[in-house]
Amino acid sequence: MFSFDLLLDAVVSGVLLGCFYAAVSLGLSLSFGLLDVPNVAHPAFLVMASYGVFFLNESYGVDPLLAGLLITPLLFVFGLVAYRLYYQTFEKRGSDAGVRGIAFFFGIAFIIEVLLILQFGVDQRSVTASYIGKAWRIGDMRIPFRLLVAFAVAAALTILLTLYLSRTFMGRAIRAVAQDQEALRLMGADPIRIKQWAFGISTAVLGIAGALLIIVAPVNPTLDRSYIGRTFCVVVMAGLGSMSGTLVAAIILGVAEAIVLTMFGASWAPAISFAMLLGVLAVRPQGLFGRRS
Amino acid sequence: MNRGGTQFWIGAILFLVATFAMTQIIGNQYPFFACYVILQFIVLAVAWNILGGYAGYVNFGTSAFFGVGVYTAVFLFKAAGAPLAVQIAAAAVVGALMGFALGLLTLRMQGIFFSIATIALTIVIETSITNWRYVGGAAGIQMQQPVAMEPFNSYVQMLFFIQALLVVLAVATSRYIQNSWIGRGLQALKDDELAAECTGVPTLRLKLLACVISGALMCAAGAPAAMYLQYADPSSAFNLNYSVSVLAMSLIGGTAHWAGPVIGAILLGTTQQLLTVTISSEVNVLVLGVMLVLFVVGAPEGIIGLIGKARRNRNEGEG
Repeated sequence: MFSFDLLLDAVVSGVLLGCFYAAVSLGLSLSFGLLDVPNVAHPAFLVMASYGVFFLNESYGVDPLLAGLLITPLLFVFGLVAYRLYYQTFEKRGSDAGVRGIAFFFGIAFIIEVLLILQFGVDQRSVTASYIGKAWRIGDMRIPFRLLVAFAVAAALTILLTLYLSRTFMGRAIRAVAQDQEALRLMGADPIRIKQWAFGISTAVLGIAGALLIIVAPVNPTLDRSYIGRTFCVVVMAGLGSMSGTLVAAIILGVAEAIVLTMFGASWAPAISFAMLLGVLAVRPQGLFGRRS
Repeated sequence: MNRGGTQFWIGAILFLVATFAMTQIIGNQYPFFACYVILQFIVLAVAWNILGGYAGYVNFGTSAFFGVGVYTAVFLFKAAGAPLAVQIAAAAVVGALMGFALGLLTLRMQGIFFSIATIALTIVIETSITNWRYVGGAAGIQMQQPVAMEPFNSYVQMLFFIQALLVVLAVATSRYIQNSWIGRGLQALKDDELAAECTGVPTLRLKLLACVISGALMCAAGAPAAMYLQYADPSSAFNLNYSVSVLAMSLIGGTAHWAGPVIGAILLGTTQQLLTVTISSEVNVLVLGVMLVLFVVGAPEGIIGLIGKARRNRNEGEG
């Protein structure tokens, strides 16, 4: 039953998969982790982005990653509008914004799901590119190129976002607004505009993340439901708002999923992320690299 | 008993008489199929509101409780051929235990983290059931309806009447809680848990009580569903749509009053039934999403809140 080769295989593919999970969770780490917006529609936005990539790839033969870049500005504007709407209806009014906010985003997620079903049908969709379907062999191990692409792009994305948040003026402003909104207001900056900008970035990175999603595996309109668990697990485990923590947490999740997949079979896989999420919430709610004590 | 109480119980008895008369007069089976679903949603929404509305702990795990109710019934029926009453009672007990566990979770997490934890709980339970071969696993399990008991002509009519009984039970419980010290205590901890605790409200006991009652009612509502469909499978029994529908119903009706979830469930449940028949189940989910967003944005207090506002305006106009 137990074999070292299988385990090594699982760990390698788990690390690759984990980097991909980091890429799809980075946006949520910004919006939920730093801004406290309970964006449960994040995975739905992700799947929507994947369909955007699918459309460009299918109709015009655009490379999926390029297509992801092309839709990034659109997603940025979408995020700006979404945050403005959220702010006007919830944060401005104050009380129990979190609870009504989560209901609001669930509503949005359902609307997106159905619109995708009506537009594209319920079938699995995938993209075509030269690097999909090929694999790289090391001894007995077979690493699919699509996972390597996802790995490389995800790592680059994480580094870029970490640098953006720590080195640029706007990035530092975003971290400041997460720490103390009132202090920022007193210094003459508009915290709402900064948060809106940050939320725009959180959806903008979904362009590339959506491309990776459809490169790694075919997508269908209700795929977002299984990513609610994965993305929230990663963000909560990372400790809200930590980008490098997001990468580490995502790798832990990826390895855990890959090992369970090899040992117990695919039917247990959906529960892994949620079980880990429950465990983290119960034992260490501030996450591994938490910003709050 | 005060005047409102008498009126309430007369209304409840009239409702039961009417549903019973329906089973005796109407021969066509379809109305029972459709109305059963609406009654089931009333029970779920009212039960959800005891925790989510009164105490402010938003539970996205309605489908977990519902599904566990379904599978408790499936298990007992398969293992022992237990009669329906036993299935429902056992489901209520299991639901109460699950509710107790959920109540303990509230010790560690509040607000959105509680909500996320309830979603997580749903998926973990669903996956466990999927991997449990005895009750059918992922493929689901067929159930053979036994012969209906007198005086009902068919099993569906009987289930329909039983679900009507559960509606009265759920609504009466919810109404009692709202008007008693329990409701006032829950209201206090919803507004400010720390302040409530400091002024001597037994917050943990109240939360546990709300979770246990809410969980027992949800599981009980789920128990007859396997027999109703003559089939059960994990992905539909634990479908997230139940959780979001029930949440939407309570929010649309209004969470502050026991009548809110009833109104919301009738309104949204009927709309969904009509849409499923006339158009498609996809549009159904679309309407659910749109109504949820519209009400959360436009009328956060729900229909009950709108009625209250209209009344106040009228009174001001007269005065």
